[in-house]
Amino acid sequence: MTAPQDPRSLAWTIGAAVVVVLYVILLLGVESQLEIAGLLAAGIAAVAVAARFGVVARLGRFLGERDALLNTLVVAGTLVVTAFFHGDAFVLLLMATVIIYFIACLGLNLQFGYSGVLNFAGAAFFGIGCYTSAVMTAHTAVPHLLILFAGGAMAAAIGSILILPVLRTYSHYSAVITIAFGLLFKIFLEVNDALGGPQGLRVKGMNVLGWKFNSNIDIGGIEVSFYVNYIVLGLVLLALAFTFVRRVERSWIGLNLDAVRLDETAAACFGLNITRWKITAFTLGNFLIGLAGALFAMMLGFIAPTNFTFGDSLILVSIVLLGGIGNPWGLVVATAILIVVPEKLQAIQEYRFLLFAAMVILILLFRPEGLLPRSLRAYFPGWRTK
Amino acid sequence: MSATPNNNGAIPLLAATGLSKLFGGVVALDKLDLQVFANQILGLIGPNGSGKTTFFNVTTGIYPVSAGRVVFDGQDITNLSTQAVYRAGISRTFQRSRLSLALSIFDNIMIGNHKRLNQGLWFNLARRDAFRRQFEESFEEARELVQVFDAPLADRMFEAIGGFPMIDRRRIEICRALISRPKLLLLDEPSAGMTQEETTELMDDILEVKDRFHGLTIVIIEHEMGVIERITERCVVLNFGQKISEGAYQEIARDRLVQEAYLGIE
Repeated sequence: MTAPQDPRSLAWTIGAAVVVVLYVILLLGVESQLEIAGLLAAGIAAVAVAARFGVVARLGRFLGERDALLNTLVVAGTLVVTAFFHGDAFVLLLMATVIIYFIACLGLNLQFGYSGVLNFAGAAFFGIGCYTSAVMTAHTAVPHLLILFAGGAMAAAIGSILILPVLRTYSHYSAVITIAFGLLFKIFLEVNDALGGPQGLRVKGMNVLGWKFNSNIDIGGIEVSFYVNYIVLGLVLLALAFTFVRRVERSWIGLNLDAVRLDETAAACFGLNITRWKITAFTLGNFLIGLAGALFAMMLGFIAPTNFTFGDSLILVSIVLLGGIGNPWGLVVATAILIVVPEKLQAIQEYRFLLFAAMVILILLFRPEGLLPRSLRAYFPGWRTK
Repeated sequence: MSATPNNNGAIPLLAATGLSKLFGGVVALDKLDLQVFANQILGLIGPNGSGKTTFFNVTTGIYPVSAGRVVFDGQDITNLSTQAVYRAGISRTFQRSRLSLALSIFDNIMIGNHKRLNQGLWFNLARRDAFRRQFEESFEEARELVQVFDAPLADRMFEAIGGFPMIDRRRIEICRALISRPKLLLLDEPSAGMTQEETTELMDDILEVKDRFHGLTIVIIEHEMGVIERITERCVVLNFGQKISEGAYQEIARDRLVQEAYLGIE
């Protein structure tokens, strides 16, 4: 059975979506630092007021049972914003970056949000994807779309080596191991001449059957930035990754991962193979992170070890913490905040780590479940008992 | 085999022989011989630290044994993993309830159903129709089971267990242990943290469940002597990891050793 139709809530929801899209366009469009700061403050205030009057909760309940509607609105909204900024390379790059980071954070969410395996080497696995795509586009004739998946597979494969020491340790000790791995990875890149050393590598742009992603498009005399290509492909991959993560969550697999995270002993007493489920989450998560990295490298066209520092890993972890551990939608909000705000508000660019740290601490203190807390598992949203 | 009463020659469902467990120099179980017969409720009693919970933990594979053997249903389960013990048909509850409070009642019960659910990646992620059928069947089964304990609870299957009082948590913990249809259920102090009335209610539920699940055998650790007297058919009394007495409650209550060690009568 599906949830009952409710035209009034539907109208409200679409209205809210239009407001959000307009707000995003405004925020991305204005240049003056003062206006941006004002808009951000207004946005926070509006959300606070809406939450106070229960609008946010009602929207959440309504959309919670209507997956397809929510997905459609988000994709449509992104396309509208993309169309609006079709010539603005800076804004489009920002949007594509958010989409790609979102894919990577979905992977981290599988690991950390569901199975509880901490991974402070997110940037390293992202980097493995990047370098795989750099080397493979330069030296092989493998179709570029397949290279994306090769990037994911490579990250998953290297992750399966790291999982051995991780499984032998508990909580923060295993976190320390992943930190060490991330640092080693960066040093390895810096001393490895075949991979360009500290100078990094050029990466060829995505090329699908002669369709060159890295050249601008001309549609009926309107010049469209090449980043639109990456936004569209990114959205497709994101839709796949999102569906995948959602299905993991809404299945016995997701239940197993939660059980492993919440109480290993109890889980083991009911037959769960703790190792198997941790490896599953870690490997699938790294695959998504590597996939995102491979696409990111093709879009940027150039990568260097300095893109994959411990700080970058921390940003990925902060996104998951901020957004709402285990809630994929929370990641959108958090990715947007952590990627877009420092870029737009140049004034805080230098202090962004300080700011992120403060935000994470505040969130952990006052709202430990994140901005958009995860709701209880609904295996089939809208499903009612007969 | 030990020289304990053998219940009219029946073969025990669970038999521990010379079972010992040492934690460093501390002897938690000392050459324990213990038998559990099918279809019975066995009470496991003794003062704090006498080795009752350790017996559960060793049997279910949480701790490795130091010496001795455990045979369950004709299979040697000594030092099997916790997972293998569960698959063999032993389920348990914990002294300090180990439910996942952030998860729903249904989720918690399904954790206990692990061996009967299809855990394949392909089945779970790609075959959503088949998964849905298994989900709906499991849901009905879980709801029927919860209904035995408490009908209103069965209408709140998708609420987080953290919001329920202790008695409901105990009920769900027992449901989690029962959903996989074990042959042997180990209950570790199910009345802990509950009032007298709640305990009575829960024991009624346990007796009803035992009636419904033909062939269910239960071992219960309990400090409430009233509970032990009411629901057990046989008792084993432990002290310092050794068995000091066994028999029906009336018999062990008269036992001088038991009185000294446990019931506090000089």
